[in-house]
Order: sequence, then structure tokens, then C-alpha cells
Amino acid sequence: MGSMPSVGSLTWAEPGSVGRLGEGEVVSDRDNIAASETLLPEFSRLEDERAEDAVLTSQVNAGSNLTADALVRPHTIRSDRAESLLRPDADNPKKRRHRQNADRGFSRVFRWIATGSAIFILAVLAAVAIFLIYRALPAFTATDAQMAEVRTHLPRMTSLWGLMGTLVFGTLLAALLALLLATPIAVGIALFISHYAPKRVAGIISYVVDLLAAIPSVVFGLWGALVLAPNIRTFWGWIAGALSRVPGVTVSNSATGRSVATASVVLAVMILPIITAVSREVFRQTPTLHEEAALALGATRWEMVKTAVLPFGRSGVISAAMLGLGRALGETMAVLMILSPGFLVSLQIFDGGQVQTIAAFIASMFPESAGLTINVLIACGLALFIISMAVNMGARWITARRAEFSGAN
Amino acid sequence: MGQRIDVEHLNIYYGDFLAVQDVSMVIEPNSVTALIGPSGCGKSTFLRTLNRMHEVIPGARVEGLVEMDGVNLYDPDIDPVAVRRNIGMVFQRPNPFPTMSIRDNVLAGVKLNNKRISKGDADALVESSLAGANLWNEVKDRLDKPGSGLSGGQQQRLCIARAIAVRPQILLMDEPCSALDPISTLAIEDLIQELKNDYTIVIVTHNMQQAARVSDKTAFFNIAGTGKPGRLIEMNDTPTIFSTPAVKATEDYVSGRFG
Ligand SMILES: Nc1ncnc2c1ncn2[C@@H]1O[C@H](COP(=O)(O)OP(=O)(O)O)[C@@H](O)[C@H]1O
Ligand SMILES: [Mg+2]
Repeated sequence: MGSMPSVGSLTWAEPGSVGRLGEGEVVSDRDNIAASETLLPEFSRLEDERAEDAVLTSQVNAGSNLTADALVRPHTIRSDRAESLLRPDADNPKKRRHRQNADRGFSRVFRWIATGSAIFILAVLAAVAIFLIYRALPAFTATDAQMAEVRTHLPRMTSLWGLMGTLVFGTLLAALLALLLATPIAVGIALFISHYAPKRVAGIISYVVDLLAAIPSVVFGLWGALVLAPNIRTFWGWIAGALSRVPGVTVSNSATGRSVATASVVLAVMILPIITAVSREVFRQTPTLHEEAALALGATRWEMVKTAVLPFGRSGVISAAMLGLGRALGETMAVLMILSPGFLVSLQIFDGGQVQTIAAFIASMFPESAGLTINVLIACGLALFIISMAVNMGARWITARRAEFSGAN
Repeated sequence: MGQRIDVEHLNIYYGDFLAVQDVSMVIEPNSVTALIGPSGCGKSTFLRTLNRMHEVIPGARVEGLVEMDGVNLYDPDIDPVAVRRNIGMVFQRPNPFPTMSIRDNVLAGVKLNNKRISKGDADALVESSLAGANLWNEVKDRLDKPGSGLSGGQQQRLCIARAIAVRPQILLMDEPCSALDPISTLAIEDLIQELKNDYTIVIVTHNMQQAARVSDKTAFFNIAGTGKPGRLIEMNDTPTIFSTPAVKATEDYVSGRFG
């Protein structure tokens, strides 16, 4: 237990590590401290955490109604919860009856409005589904002769299924590319906001990202077609050239830049806000308990994020990505204005005239359609509806499963 | 081997609020020191300054000196991350990483050190750490199950295993038994007695019997009123504190007259 040898056992005091403790290292430590001031916002005392965790648990367990809204605005949930926690007479039937009498009038009306709205929304959804199926049916049951008539309006259609197949492919291709681009960036921004940036900077960045969501898609379309496409096409050409050097691979690229790749970049910008907002809220809800567990083990900021924040937020990020995917699938205007359409099943993402998305196809064809052609368009709309529903249900399913992995039990 | 801690004239702040004032104490190597006192007197706050966990709270800072074997922990050249690697901490509420298996929880700290560790070494470390935390026999057949599936007492011992797996010199515990049942509490108290051979231990406890049972030295903190800073009233051998304390407030507190 001699004092010199034990000093030597301190990692920071080892003679060999003195070099490691140069300027840079010290500066980064200072950064650590400065930045750590934002590390645990609203740090609450252990006693309070219990209540907070209970709230979180109930929130997570309510997986089935944990919508994007609930993720984005957890505070509303919290305060409701807090209120019910505070109400001491909650179990006292006598007092409860008294309270019910007291606010019967408004409470009743409100409940009717709430229930009514819920039923209304379900009814609208059912009505849309019924409309789509009912009006799509003629397209599926049409005779060859009738379809030949449609083909004069949609010259590039081979068969109904062929058309829908290529459109579904194009839709998924554009949306998935957008997702691939947007998710890592959104997660990075969300982490920066929740765990790195000083409070003020975090607020500004959140605000700017949210502003992106306020830009109309037609403006994104204009920008994509007039600014992005002509400028990014050299970059695409460069990538296409590099890929083409792989034996057996030929990657073509468009002279105008109006390719799926360009459309996907714009879609990625459009879905960035929703993925960022949801991820940010999920990361913020990482229990202080687990962040401190990591820090106390000697984790650096990034290691803390890796051991505590990312595992906790993983399923939340996945459902955030699904929400973004849902949005990208249905986006019409930007794609319509940017993408030079084609009806192939083609992975030439840097070339024009390859694929088309369902939404852009419907929007472009609808004005000049009549009769059975409209039924064909509606059949395509039905396909988009089904894909979007599947993605949303997938997001919900993952969000519900979150409860099992969060350790909230 | 455990190491010695010297604290001199330590003031601890949350922003502008002085939470703990002018603490000086010496903590001997391989001893168990209990921190007792009424709620809000700054025991947790003080404990967290010993491994620089205090400063992860926005605005939190200290003035004064904390030395571990003569090295000033608050020297600008000292990396707080390195401090925390050398001074382990166990929290009031068990906090194993919920997404990790029992085995990965134990190895979490070691993996943070960016060390590549062979499977054999890892297995040995998992076993020795869990054995050191008296948990090995209970979990050896389910090392790949999530740590969150254990009982509260087992989770807390898992957290101790996780803390000792990185071989710290000092172990800080903040009311480690307050969320546990009496049997788990006894298991952890026994464990503290064994850990004393290898580590210097500082434990915050609300439970006077526990302080009397496990500690060699006891430090009594008190607070004059809400908004006032907490202070170290007296520190002495545990039997002395519980039989013939020098200060009246200590006597009142340990005899259960307040707090
Ligand atoms: N995160 C915090 N921010 C501001 N003040 C805090 C924080 N944590 C504790 N305090 C204050 O510091 C004082 C000491 O608290 P604490 O160390 O938790 O006491 P104890 O552990 O002895 O019960 C109390 O006045 C408490 O309100
Ligand atoms: Mg405390």
C-alpha cells in the first residue's frame, strides 16, 4: 500500500500516459465538463425519479396508443399523469361522486365530443377504404377489350398488375432511399440536440429542423428541380462512374439530374424533421439512472450514449423511421416535379426515365382521365393505401414491443 | 488495494446554491466509512464529489480539495472519466443496463475501456466479479438473460459486480440497501465486510443500525435549516459516534431524537 506504487496505478498518473494528457486531452476534458452541463437536463433527485419512472413506464406500456404525437409531446401525458398521482381522493368513492357531480356538465359534453371524434375518424378511414375498394374493383374485373381502351390513355401500361408492380417498386425504391439517407442524419441531429449541444444551441437547432417541416412540398419540388437536380448531377455522374468500374456493372446517369436519387435526397430532407423530433424525444427520455450508471463506470460522453441512450432509444428510432417512411411513400408534389418518370423495374437510381411513384403517377394522370382509367388510378391508390397502413402498423407494433425491451418492468 | 482520500475545505454548489459547506475529512485505505444525517443534508451530494459525478449535473461545481493518495482529483489535468474508472459507484436504486444480459452488464465497464478482452479472460472476470458480489451461484446458469429480470437485491449485487469488475480502488455506495428487502440488505452488508479487504468503501446510509454494523468510521452531516448548507458535524470511530459523540446534535440524531 506504499503511496508511490499506488499512485502509479492511477491511469492518469502513469508516466507513460503523460503524453496522452497533452493539450488536446485537457481541452477535451474541459469540453466534457462544459458540455456535461447540458447532459442531464432537468436532473431530478432520486426520490422524484421514482414518480417520473412510473410515468414513463405507464407511457411505454400504453404502447397501443403511443402515437407519434405522444412521443413528440410527452409533457402533456406527464402532466395528466402527475395530476392523477396528486389526486388524493381518487380511491374515495364518496368524494369521487362528489367531484363527478361538480363537473358533470362540462365533463359529459367533453366526453361526447371526444368519443364522437374518435368514431368520426374511424368512420372516415372506413369510408376511404370502402371508396378505394369499390372504385378499384372495375379495374380488376375489366375485360381485355376494356383495358385496351385504357391503354390508349396510359400507353406505357402493359397490364394492370404490371403497372401496379412497377409503381409499387418505384414508390418503395424512392422512399427507402430517402429513409436510408435521412435516418442516420436525423439520429445524429437528435443526439446532438439531446446530449451534446448547450441548451441554447439545442433549442435553435430544434427550431430550425422543425421549420423544415413547414416548407410546402411544392417549394421543395421547385428547389429540387431547379437548383438541386442541375447541381447534384455531376456528383451522381461521379458516383455512377466509380460504380461502373466494378466489372459487370454499368451505372447510367441522367444528364438533367432528374433521377430517383435526386428525388430521394429531397424526400430525405422532407422526412428529416419528423424522424429527428421523435428520436430526440425518445433520447431525452433515457432514464438518468442509466446515463449515470454508464458515466460512473468511466464512460466518455459517446460511450455513455452507446451504452445507455442508443439501446434505450433503438425501437423509438425504428418507429420514427417508419413514420418518416410513411410520409415519403405518400409524398406527391416534390416527386412529380423532380423525377423524370419511367415504368421499369430498374435500380438505375442515377438515371431518368426509370421508375415512377404511385402518388406522382396518380397526380400526373388524373387530370386527363375518365372512365375505366380512373378506376385504374384508384386501384393504384389502393395499393399505396395498403402499403402506408402496413408501414404504420409496423411502426406501432415496434413501439408496443418497446415496453419489453425498455426494462420498465 | 484500497486508497486513501483526503478532503479539505470542500464547498459544493448547485449553481449559486451552496449545498455543502467546508467539509474536511480523511478516509483511511481499506476502511468502511458511513455517512449519516437527516435527509437533504448533502450526503449524496458529498459522495458524488468523490468521483466527480457531481459535475454531470448542469451548473454543479466544487471549491476545495479532494485528494486520492495525494493526487488532486480536481486538478485541471485530471480526466474526470479516468477518476470514475478508478472510483466505482453504486446507486440508491439498482440500475443494471436493461438491454444487456447479466454477463454484458458485468463486462460493461471493462468494454468501455476499449480493451479487447479474450473470451476466456472475460469469462473469468465475469465469474470473479459475480462471485465477489456474492451473486455467482444465483445467476451462473442464466448469464445470458437480461439483468432486469433479477430481483431488486440481485440487481443491486449485479451493480456491485459491475462496479468491481473494473477493479476500482474505491467504492462509493449511496444508500445501496434503501430499495431492498431485509434479506437482500443483509447479503449486501456481508458483502461490504468482504469488499473492505480490497477496496476503500464510503457508504451513505439512512439506517443507523446499518452504519453501526458495517462501518469503521462514521461521519455525521447536519443541516441548520432548509436553504442552509449541510455541514460535517463530526467524524469518529463508529463505536464512539454511537456511544459517546462529542456533539449534542450527533447524540440526538443517533439516538433517534430527530432525522
Ligand atoms: N440536482 C440538484 N440540483 C439542485 N439542488 C440539489 C440537487 N440535488 C440535491 N440538491 C440539494 O442539495 C441538498 C443536499 O441534497 P442531497 O445531497 O440529496 O441530500 P441527502 O443525500 O443527504 O439526502 C438539498 O438541499 C437538495 O435540495
Ligand atoms: Mg441522498
